[in-house]
Amino acid sequence: MFPKYDVIVVGAGHAGCEAAIGAANMGSKVLLVTMNMQTIAQMSCNPAMGGVAKGQIIREVDALGGYSGIVTDWSMIQFRMLNKSKGPAMWSPRAQSDRMAFAMKWRSLLEHHSNIDFWQEMVKGIVVKNGQARGVRTGMGIEIESKSVILTNGTFLNGLIHIGEKHFGGGRAGEKAAEGITEQLQELGFESGRMKTGTPPRVDGRSLHWNRMELQPGDPQPTKFSFTDTPLLKDQIPCHITYTSKKVHEILKTGFHRSPMFNGRIRGQGPRYCPSIEDKIDRFADRDRHQLFVEPEGRDTCEIYVNGFSSSLPEEVQYKALRQIRGFEDAKMFRPGYAIEYDYFPPVQLFPNLETKLVRNLFFAGQINGTTGYEEAACQGLMAGINAHQKINDKAPFILKRSDAYIGVLIDDLINKGTDEPYRMFTSRAEYRILLRQDNADIRLTPLVTELGMNAMNIRMHRVIEKKAQIQKIRKYFSKTSITPDQVNGYLERLGSALISQKVKLKSILSRPHVDISGLRKAVPFIENELQQFVEEDVQSAEIYIKYEGYIQKEKDLVEKMNRLESVNIKDDFDFTSLGSLSAEAREKLNKIQPRTIGQASRISGVSPADISVLLVHMGR
Amino acid sequence: MQTDLSDTIIALSTPPGIGAIGIIRLSGPKAIKLVDQVFFGRNLTKVEGNTVHYGKIKDENDRILDECMATVFRTPKSYTREDVVELSCHGSPYILNQVIQLLIRMGIRQAEPGEFTLRAFLNGQLDLSQAEAVADLIASDSSASHDLAMKQMRGGFSNEIQRLRQELIDFASLIELELDFAEEDVQFADRTKLKALVEKIQGVIRQLLSSFQLGNVLKQGVSTVIAGKPNAGKSTLLNAMLQEERAIVSDIAGTTRDTIEATLNIEGIQFRLIDTAGIRDARDKIEAFGVERTMEAIQASTIVLYVIDVIETSQQKLIEELKAFNIQNSKFIIVLNKMDLNPYTKPEDYYSEDWITSDNVITTSALNKMNIDYLKEQLFNLVISDKSLMDHTIVSNSRHYEALTRAAESLDAVDSGLKTGISSDFVAMDIRQALHYLGEITGEISTDDLLGNIFSKFCIGK
Repeated sequence: MFPKYDVIVVGAGHAGCEAAIGAANMGSKVLLVTMNMQTIAQMSCNPAMGGVAKGQIIREVDALGGYSGIVTDWSMIQFRMLNKSKGPAMWSPRAQSDRMAFAMKWRSLLEHHSNIDFWQEMVKGIVVKNGQARGVRTGMGIEIESKSVILTNGTFLNGLIHIGEKHFGGGRAGEKAAEGITEQLQELGFESGRMKTGTPPRVDGRSLHWNRMELQPGDPQPTKFSFTDTPLLKDQIPCHITYTSKKVHEILKTGFHRSPMFNGRIRGQGPRYCPSIEDKIDRFADRDRHQLFVEPEGRDTCEIYVNGFSSSLPEEVQYKALRQIRGFEDAKMFRPGYAIEYDYFPPVQLFPNLETKLVRNLFFAGQINGTTGYEEAACQGLMAGINAHQKINDKAPFILKRSDAYIGVLIDDLINKGTDEPYRMFTSRAEYRILLRQDNADIRLTPLVTELGMNAMNIRMHRVIEKKAQIQKIRKYFSKTSITPDQVNGYLERLGSALISQKVKLKSILSRPHVDISGLRKAVPFIENELQQFVEEDVQSAEIYIKYEGYIQKEKDLVEKMNRLESVNIKDDFDFTSLGSLSAEAREKLNKIQPRTIGQASRISGVSPADISVLLVHMGR
Repeated sequence: MQTDLSDTIIALSTPPGIGAIGIIRLSGPKAIKLVDQVFFGRNLTKVEGNTVHYGKIKDENDRILDECMATVFRTPKSYTREDVVELSCHGSPYILNQVIQLLIRMGIRQAEPGEFTLRAFLNGQLDLSQAEAVADLIASDSSASHDLAMKQMRGGFSNEIQRLRQELIDFASLIELELDFAEEDVQFADRTKLKALVEKIQGVIRQLLSSFQLGNVLKQGVSTVIAGKPNAGKSTLLNAMLQEERAIVSDIAGTTRDTIEATLNIEGIQFRLIDTAGIRDARDKIEAFGVERTMEAIQASTIVLYVIDVIETSQQKLIEELKAFNIQNSKFIIVLNKMDLNPYTKPEDYYSEDWITSDNVITTSALNKMNIDYLKEQLFNLVISDKSLMDHTIVSNSRHYEALTRAAESLDAVDSGLKTGISSDFVAMDIRQALHYLGEITGEISTDDLLGNIFSKFCIGK
């Protein structure tokens, strides 16, 4: 009934979809197995993509040939560039998506790919022969053969949903949990753990008093995620902001003794940075209100997502508390919030290509690795998809360095440090965030996948080359062209910046704090004339290079230093226990993680610089 | 990272202490170029490898630090197979340190223990068995180094640096919070307070740096007088401690007629050992003069090592001697010497109330070099346990000097960033650098500090 596939992807969430498309675009024959074809690419929680650090990840996924950015551009109903007042490394795109349009667009893109087949069933186990994944076994007992398997099970592995004192098995509200896979993997020797996450109630938008809340409109000039020709958002739908109150907190507290979080029924570790409302009240008792974002779930639905009100309290407590919130006085609830516990596998059990160390050709991506967030899942899926293809074709693994991408930071953190709580990306996790900007994701990454031979990247690569040339032209213009005092002093005076007394290069003016290109071109006609020929994005990128040259160079120097260690490889199966000069802790950690380069080894906690020198000596450089 | 081969490294390659000459060795791509900038003589960038040149070393203010000989080796014909310069200077620790600091300020890095040898190995100069030895050396040496640094700085400064670093982490967390949680109603870091903190840290760093450059310790060491009756074995003890024949010894009492000085480095702290003429009633003029010098030396010293011959001196006599020479007013260690002649002597026999106790009595046989290491350890402990001494003995390690210099540079950048109002992600970058360098001193280096701090203190997350 089935041909032999190159790659079987188990699960069709954000990780699964990206894994399928990544492998398929590399040229592999892919089977996407999901328990329910109707729920492909669900936004199980917040109907939004991007945000600080996460927006950068989606731009990176797009630059690497993934589809999350494209799908978001097609389905968004509001766009904001966050952190616009900070430096360019912090600018982070975020979009509110139409949940249903998002899922439909993903499904349609997958269906249009001739390398992707579908199968609807629960996977019960993985076929493992000679320590290698060779396919999957389904609930009906069918064995489907493949050269590799990618697991992207999200919250479904032994998922357990909690609402107050009630709890029941399930991977998502109204959907069954997946059983069998964890048990099989444990038998194979995998270590597993439990994690917890939660989601807020959904309410009926028709029952809310919008005029009692603050309006949060989208950007007047929205941009987008994809570097390809996706449509630009036109009609935006606003979000709203409201706040909890002491009264809301009092009501919520009446349910605390029935909360699975507080009575110890939930054992899994939840994320500190995405706390439930009861957690916020409990831990930060001095705050008498918390901010809530009231977000539409789509263009053609009245369903509303109450961002900031994640809860697993009994439904009637949630309901009573909701109705005390300003604007929610007459709110009707569609469904209560809930907490969900699920199995994950500590990601130190993975190689940098996301392949498991115990079973060859088996890859993990997404929440199964202890991460949280669509963006974190999507990028792992894409990397697993590409790497599964590389592996079965005996090609070198595709690994991004910490200095290449947030994706590189994420995977490197996971496999070397593991994680005790659901891992979310923050810009502060990146050492080189000035280099890892959303505006240059294509320049950083598109050449890398093009070189791998990913399908349809040539046209994107052409754009990158063009973009680089344009940026170069603008930079050259600014460093070659001079400006006289009478041309620019008026503008400088308005800014309170020191006036010039003789001709200077444009570059030196632009490098001053508070001076920017948009102000400069408005004030000085000849600059405007010159810049008209360029697209806005390229001008912006060029401005970043000119204004922040010193900082960019500083980080580049740091990267270069670090990369020297990255290029020193450690032999496979190197026996670290034989090195007496290493500290005991380093020996143990190194043996467990089996780093592939000295650079990787240096980031494992417990491995000191002295240990690294010892390793270098023994690598026989 | 110590294993970075692109850096140029520097270290003193002769043993610490006063000698006729001291050799400073540099290795790495910039070794010749940078030395040439401070070396006034032949243009070293033009000379052939394996040649020696006379010249003067001048600092930034054109002050001559020393006259020296520079030996230039060109890659690959050198010990490390890199460009190497060896500067043979005069053997004063003070001058040698001045020269090393000058070159560090120019961008050369203090070598890690064993790093020259490590480089030799990495560049293919040594075989594996030699390299294994290097590996062991690195492992044992650096595991102790942070502890040691903290011990040396126990006199208030290490706590201070730790506390200021923690305060800086708190600020960095606030700034990261603004960056990563811009969407939420978080509090903002108070820039005025940050500026004040940066200035405070700068102040402490400046103090530490100047202690390094001007501190008594590097100029003179902790003055340590070796005193006692004639023929108690003071000079033998000095030689045993120095592991060389510095003082003339004989069994004729009074051989040492004048004070003799030598410098001894114990775990990074310099001691100026002063051997004295024995104290007794002066019979001839020369010796009377020597005794007078001894008395002066005791008065001016920080620590007295009072040496007695266990055969000649009873407890009662010892107490009389100590009182007669006012030694009880100094910090002192009683050295019960010549134990080899009377192995049954018990130190307990010399204890008296609470001022001669197991804490300050040590048995030795200077002749057989017995217990000398223990004596050194006690000297070191005496210094680090005393705050008044420690104020003068803070930064004695060039690596820490370097880390402090770099931290100060990063803090300067933070300061000027705050002044120009540059956006906080750039300020955060410089703070991270400063934290990194301060961490090199306290031994805590972790970026995870920041996130942990954020989550424990602030209500964030939707």
